[in-house]
Amino acid sequence: MKYIDEYRDPELARQLSAEIHRITTRPHTLMEVCGGQTHAIVKFGIDGLLPDDIELIHGPGCPVCVTPLELIDRALAIAARRDVIFCSFGDMLRVPGSRQDLFTVKAEGADVRVLYSPLDAVGLAARHPDKEVVFFAVGFETTAPANAMAVYQARQQGLTNFSILVSHVLVPPAMEAILSSERNRVQGFLAAGHVCTVMGFEEYFPLADKYRVPIVVTGFEPLDILQGICMCVRQLEEGRAEVENQYARSVRREGNEHARRIINEVFNVTPRKWRGVGEIPASGLALREAFRAFDAETKFQTGDIVTEESPECISGEILQGLKKPPECPAFGKTCTPDHPLGATMVSSEGACSAYYRYRGRKSVTPAAKN
Amino acid sequence: MLGHGGGGRLMNQLIRERLIPRLSPERDGPLHDAAVIPVNGQKIAFTTDSYVINPIFFPGGDIGQLAVHGTVNDLCMAGARPLHLSLGLILEEGFPIRDLEVVTESIAAAAAATGVSVVTGDTKVVDKGKGDGIYINTAGIGLIEHDQHISPAAPRPGDAVILSGDIGRHGMAIMAVREGLSFESDITSDSAPVWACVRALLQAGITIRCLRDLTRGGLASACNEIAEAAHMGIRLREDAIPVREDVRAACEILGMDPLYVANEGRFIAFVPNAEAASAVTALRATALGSAATVIGHCADDPDHLVTLKNPLGHDRIIDMLSADQLPRIC
Repeated sequence: MKYIDEYRDPELARQLSAEIHRITTRPHTLMEVCGGQTHAIVKFGIDGLLPDDIELIHGPGCPVCVTPLELIDRALAIAARRDVIFCSFGDMLRVPGSRQDLFTVKAEGADVRVLYSPLDAVGLAARHPDKEVVFFAVGFETTAPANAMAVYQARQQGLTNFSILVSHVLVPPAMEAILSSERNRVQGFLAAGHVCTVMGFEEYFPLADKYRVPIVVTGFEPLDILQGICMCVRQLEEGRAEVENQYARSVRREGNEHARRIINEVFNVTPRKWRGVGEIPASGLALREAFRAFDAETKFQTGDIVTEESPECISGEILQGLKKPPECPAFGKTCTPDHPLGATMVSSEGACSAYYRYRGRKSVTPAAKN
Repeated sequence: MLGHGGGGRLMNQLIRERLIPRLSPERDGPLHDAAVIPVNGQKIAFTTDSYVINPIFFPGGDIGQLAVHGTVNDLCMAGARPLHLSLGLILEEGFPIRDLEVVTESIAAAAAATGVSVVTGDTKVVDKGKGDGIYINTAGIGLIEHDQHISPAAPRPGDAVILSGDIGRHGMAIMAVREGLSFESDITSDSAPVWACVRALLQAGITIRCLRDLTRGGLASACNEIAEAAHMGIRLREDAIPVREDVRAACEILGMDPLYVANEGRFIAFVPNAEAASAVTALRATALGSAATVIGHCADDPDHLVTLKNPLGHDRIIDMLSADQLPRIC
């Protein structure tokens, strides 16, 4: 398939792997930021193509995983209302709240629908004027433009029965939170390619300077990731800490101006809680005052939510790259995709799900194997 | 509470833990697509299946055609020649008569093309809101006219795994027309009766250890079920598994794995490796099996794992999914 097969070519992968082996003279710890990259690494066995000296640790870039428990419980409360059609990306349905997930609420009779585009939710609202249509607007900078556009269009159409439950998070503040932590081990980043397609990579220059860390904007196919690793390792070996763009076929320095403009018009930056991590300043998006009528949190008073996180789940440490899934005592035992304790076991971008799915319940990290 | 729809591990658990112990407590061993019953020195295959698909009309087929092919194919998986079907219709008040006629004509056409006859039936109408337009149940009987022992427990390490053609078309055709996900595509369902393929294998004198159709849960679930039933592992090669370009593209966009996508006219056959080439030749001589190919082999493996080698040389585990695949966020 064009634009896919070229980036999975085994011969080129071997050449890149050989080059990484050739230039690596000492240990380096790299973090791939995005959960999509984590899945590609585990699925294609990219970590197995690297020298033992290179360790990949998995970053916080899984939107479903970092959505705060409190907000999921709020979503469940809204979805259970008789007058509501609750719409969500498919990934979100199995994520456990304190006591239930959206699938259970659906099985109890709630109208919960899986959509692929938030604009379809606007269409639903227009067709069902007697219902309140609520879209669960989760995600990083990648999903923000479409969610912003949905609100924008709903206002243009004069719809009063459409709202979104916002849990948008931003990547660069999370990277800074990791870098400024005392427990940080990350020496170089593979930045999330699709986030940069929207936002560009201007924001990374101050980070690279301040923390003396190479940041390579990287794509999602095996060759993208290998090349991103190669560029990052080369910088570390040469003592450089620069921002480079491996994913140039998709990412421009200034990003996508149209997408950024609509995000800016509809949302403003706000502090946001990350599940398992805690509150990070200026790390989220909220609806601007002018669009407050479309804010499901204001529209539906769900009261005080008392959350209850599984005491066994270590997803916070997983999301910060402090531990790997097989290091969790619950992994593959009390925590499986059938009975997940945390969101990282559920989402198609969660690290625990990637290990379980592609390496099984007995999976080990390459480091543990050696 | 029920949440077991996807034909994955949860559905399996429901059947094994809640249903079988109550219905047939002495039953042990693997579940086959059809029961094989000895009658007066002959062997009859008997099966039933219910069809609740939505939308009922989809690119390349409809619920009526599916209700014939699905049940007929389950009989074929026991190596039986399909003979007769029963037809149970559960209709919701308000279901358009015209749609009922179209579905019925489609059932008749599919039965005629497959060489089976609908010999008995039942029709019920339920109150509006108590059904989803139309549900269909079909049961089928077929005749086993050979002495082969075709069973999920029969494959052995070293056997070849043969796939009858490309995978993923039915599931992605449905996905393309499902509300909320619809996208433009030319993908049509692969819904088809596979008897001609199975007959070709039997006539070529191939030793057939096991046949399994790749319906809900796709190739991945079928392989896992057989690996478990036969107490062995299965080693597949990714580059050997045919997937059409448009199906691959749709899967890439939605974040789905074609190995888990449903098919309605595809199956895998487990045969001794020495007979694999003849089996492929026999299948390729049929219209439906023209792209049949060996996709892997059975192996000794105490963990009964199914693994897939990618072109980079990495083996990954192909586990059974707990339930349906869900489209990803970004």
